Amino acid sequence: MSFAYVTSKLLEGFGLTCLIFAITLVFALPLGLLVAFCSMGKHRAVRYASKAFVWIIRSTPLMLQVIIVFYGPGLIWGTGSYLPRLTAVIVAFIINYAAYFSEIYRGGIESISKGQYEAGQVLGMTKRQIFFRITLLQVVKRIIPPMSNEIITLVKDTSLARIIAVKELIMMAQEFISANALIWPLFYSGVFYMVFCGGLTLFFGAIEKKLDYFSA
Amino acid sequence: MAILRVENIRKCFGKIEVLRGIGFSLGRGEVLSIIGSSGSGKTTLLRCLNFLETPDAGRILVNDRLLFDAAGLVEERDADVHRKRLHFGLVFQNFNLFPQYTALRNVTLAKELLAHGQADFRKDKTRILREIREEAVSLLDQVGLSDKADAYPHQLSGGQQQRVAIARALALHPDILCFDEPTSALDPEISGEVLLVIKGLASRHFTMVIVTHEMGFAREVSDRVLFLDDGLIAEEGGAEEIFGDPKSERLRSFLHSVIT
Ligand SMILES: Nc1ncnc2c1ncn2[C@@H]1O[C@H](COP(=O)(O)OP(=O)(O)OP(=O)(O)O)[C@@H](O)[C@H]1O
Ligand SMILES: [Mg+2]
Repeated sequence: MSFAYVTSKLLEGFGLTCLIFAITLVFALPLGLLVAFCSMGKHRAVRYASKAFVWIIRSTPLMLQVIIVFYGPGLIWGTGSYLPRLTAVIVAFIINYAAYFSEIYRGGIESISKGQYEAGQVLGMTKRQIFFRITLLQVVKRIIPPMSNEIITLVKDTSLARIIAVKELIMMAQEFISANALIWPLFYSGVFYMVFCGGLTLFFGAIEKKLDYFSA
Repeated sequence: MAILRVENIRKCFGKIEVLRGIGFSLGRGEVLSIIGSSGSGKTTLLRCLNFLETPDAGRILVNDRLLFDAAGLVEERDADVHRKRLHFGLVFQNFNLFPQYTALRNVTLAKELLAHGQADFRKDKTRILREIREEAVSLLDQVGLSDKADAYPHQLSGGQQQRVAIARALALHPDILCFDEPTSALDPEISGEVLLVIKGLASRHFTMVIVTHEMGFAREVSDRVLFLDDGLIAEEGGAEEIFGDPKSERLRSFLHSVIT
């Protein structure tokens, strides 16, 4: 079993890991913002619904959510047909991460002092202008540290996909144990995560540095 | 002619009536100080003028144009609030500068956003933006901060921040400029520089409403003074009258308590 062969197999799994990661982010980031706005909105029913959603998602394991999204629809409608495995994983991840992101957004938005809004208001700015020109960047600055934490957690959470046999990085590595009695590919897989997370850490560090010019 | 007329403003927070029928008028170029003990409703009154609070009753007229009428239709009342606000400027106790923008950009931002909405903006963009910028530079110069145009708020002292905030409010040419205790977040040795700027504005006949605890300053700068007590105007008059010859026992004891 050559190192090159193992590497190529692990890269295959890593590709899937990256796919889950990327699609989850693309959808969960905006969806989380929507949930955050709902949980701060005027309509009481909407507010409670979004708070309940966040509570349910945050109080159950992501692994369970993946299983429910995969098996649930088939069981409920008795059709016995499931979502494609990868789709089920991605849907569960998007829902789960939207809930976590929404709390980060909400914390960031609520931490902006009322005076900032009022200063914009008395200068004749519209709500939109106040959001985009004044509060947004301050919110971004404040949520970068918790966001980078959460996003780095997402990298490692992708390994939960193997619970419904999606061949992401860890599952690929594990197959060498059963098929070839090799343990080192599993250890080796850790390097991929470390490089990925290292890159993300640098990326977020750069953004933080870029926003260092003001203090909010 | 009165530039501002305020009639019978009332405001409740929950069960507590904080303003219990405030009325006064203000001539163009006049400086009005509002004094009164903590909790008497001074800030609430300024916030009502600036549409940050909606009074439960009363009317506000600027240049004899009705801006706010609590008895009017809600839709009418809320229409174009962000434009109606432009008649007033407000300088906050704790400055509230926008931290991500330089001093200069703090001054130009609102004006630029207003210009964006104008019909001829596209055509004349560079000239309009240049003029806004030039005016902002001159405003910063007037408040003594021409060398701080490119500084961010966190790089400025409290007194400097407040002076930027004054320039920012002036940039929109409000009819009436309001100050809510502009120096009470500042060290005493720094408040002087801010008071000096406000005195400069008074000597150039800006119409101003100033809530302040600095009695010496109020006496010097004001044409008229309102003494607010428990949501009502307990006494009003010229600065010398109020400070030199207070009529009511309440005002006398208030002045006594703040001066000693
Ligand atoms: N948003 C609010 N909700 C509830 N009560 C409020 C609110 N704003 C002000 N009040 C109350 O209204 C009263 C008047 O407050 P206001 O801030 O106008 O007083 P003030 O004269 O400015 O006092 P100070 O000199 O301490 O600034 C106070 O009793 C205050 O607790
Ligand atoms: Mg006050």
